[in-house]
This record gives sequence, structure tokens and C-alpha cells, in this order.
Amino acid sequence: MQIVLNGDSIETMDGCTVEALLQQLGIGRERVAVELNADIVPKAGYEKQLLSNGDKIEIVHFVGGG
Amino acid sequence: MTQAADKLIIGGREFTSRLMVGTGKYASFEQTALALEMSGAEIITVAVRRVNLDRSKESLLDYIDLKKYTLLPNTAGCYTADDAVRTCRLAREAGMSDFVKLEVLGDEKTLFPDNEELLKAAKILVADGFTVLPYCSDDVIVCKKLEDIGCVAVMPLGAPIGSGLGIRNPYNIRIILENVSVPVIVDAGVGSASDAAIAMELGCAGVLMNTAIACAQDPIAMAEAMKLAVIAGRLSFKAGRIPRKLYANASSPLDGLIG
Repeated sequence: MQIVLNGDSIETMDGCTVEALLQQLGIGRERVAVELNADIVPKAGYEKQLLSNGDKIEIVHFVGGG
Repeated sequence: MTQAADKLIIGGREFTSRLMVGTGKYASFEQTALALEMSGAEIITVAVRRVNLDRSKESLLDYIDLKKYTLLPNTAGCYTADDAVRTCRLAREAGMSDFVKLEVLGDEKTLFPDNEELLKAAKILVADGFTVLPYCSDDVIVCKKLEDIGCVAVMPLGAPIGSGLGIRNPYNIRIILENVSVPVIVDAGVGSASDAAIAMELGCAGVLMNTAIACAQDPIAMAEAMKLAVIAGRLSFKAGRIPRKLYANASSPLDGLIG
């Protein structure tokens, strides 16, 4: 299925969870925040939260800033 | 008056350093880490951005000891209250802390705050349990409104962000200091150590800066200069300066002059 990750369409497996997506991308869960269709997914829900075709995901972290 | 006795309390947390620094614009993460160390800052600002999906790139937090610093995520780049609130919620989830530097900008050329949107965002965030430190205009009315909303500090600009023009309106800063009870932190505009000292001598609780250190020819040395300037300015404020007089007042005794 297709999801939109940080503005780009990517292919991911059916039944993918937020946790599985982070693993697929090699991103540690501690220092990121995840939005699913503009709602925050709490860290405790990463394993349970299923993704659907067409979902818009944002994964953000901290960068240098003033 | 020792520094140890002169703690800065923001949102119920105690800090020794009154210099807060940004982490943007450095040449490298190594340089960022060294400058932070030399600045003595305990509160450092960060921005919230999409992760780089190229895993080969390192991240800022790989270089920063999170036990030593309180992260203050900003809402830089947000032009509406909605975007700023959304960014703060992401920051809280990523950092597991409710401290935020709220900025809602009005236009790209000046980066001046949009006070209307700022107040709107501050209300939502305070109600949502955030500890809000707003970057705002050097306008006492806006600062009082932010205090009334429940912001734990106000952070009026000294001059436009990154301009290095110094404290352009010290009288406005003084008026703010006389009329709000929360800590007043000058945020933006500082160019050199003397600017930071002036902010502190006015009685500000602290100074927040990024460009003045990161874009100095020697950022590590400038970080130390800023640390010392903030300490010196604070001590000078607490010590109480002499009144300004138009004419001289001899420092050496007049008694016992020869001749």
C-alpha cells in the first residue's frame, strides 16, 4: 500500500503499524514524534496503530534552531 | 552576592545560568556542542523538523548530553497559531517535556511576532498544560496579556532575529520589567557581549541568543564572552550602578595635596 511520509509517497506493507514503519526506516522511537493524518500518535500506541492506504504520516525530531 | 544564591526560576524549575542559547547555524555539531559547553547555558533551544530519511545523516541530539541541558523546542517558521500549537504538541511528544518557546511570526523579512496569533496560540497551549515562553514584541501591553494568559516568562526581542543590532529600545524593556512579574528574557537581537550585558543591567532575568554566538568568527570564544557578559551584567544590576552626573566627582582625596 501507499502512504505519504513527510510529504513523499512511499510503499509499505499491508497491516504495517507505526512501530513497524519506524523499524523499516531505521528510526529510533525515543526522540521522534509521529503524526497520523494530523493527529499525534502517542509512543505507547506505536505497536497497535495500524496504517491504511493513503494515510499521511509525519515523523519529526529536533534539529538545531534558535 | 554569589551566583549560587541568584537562581533563575522558570516554570518551577531552577537554573543557575541566565544565558539561553540556540543550536542553529553552527558549522558542525561538534562546534555546537563546544559552544554550548563554553556558554554555560542550561537551557538550549531546538527546532522541530521532519526527520531526514537518509539514515547516514547524524542528528544534533547525538552530540548533546541531555542530562546537562533543558531542551526548549521552538515554533520557528510558524506563521499561524494553529501551526505553532501543532508544532508544540509534536515537540512535547518527541521531547517528553512541556517547555516550549512559542513564536508566531508575522512576516519573513522582519520575523517580527504576529501578536494576535501569538496570544491565540498561548491561550490554547497554557490550557493544554504547556509551560510557555513566548517570543514577543517589546510591547508592555502584549507582555501583560501573555502574563495574564499564564505564560511563565515573556521574551521580548531586543532587535530583529539574527540582526545583531542590540537592544534597540531599552526604555521599552524597562517598562516591561516594571509591569510584569514573570521573568523577562531578551530574545533576539544581541550582537556582542556588551549587548547581553546591557540587557542584564536593565534587570532582565536572562538573555536568549543564537546567531551572535553561532555566526561569530570564533563561536567558541564568543560563547564564553556571552557567558561572562551575562554574569557581569547581572552582578552589575544587582550591585546598583551610580547615578549619572554631568560633572566630575574626584576619586582621590582633596585633603593632603602638596603645595
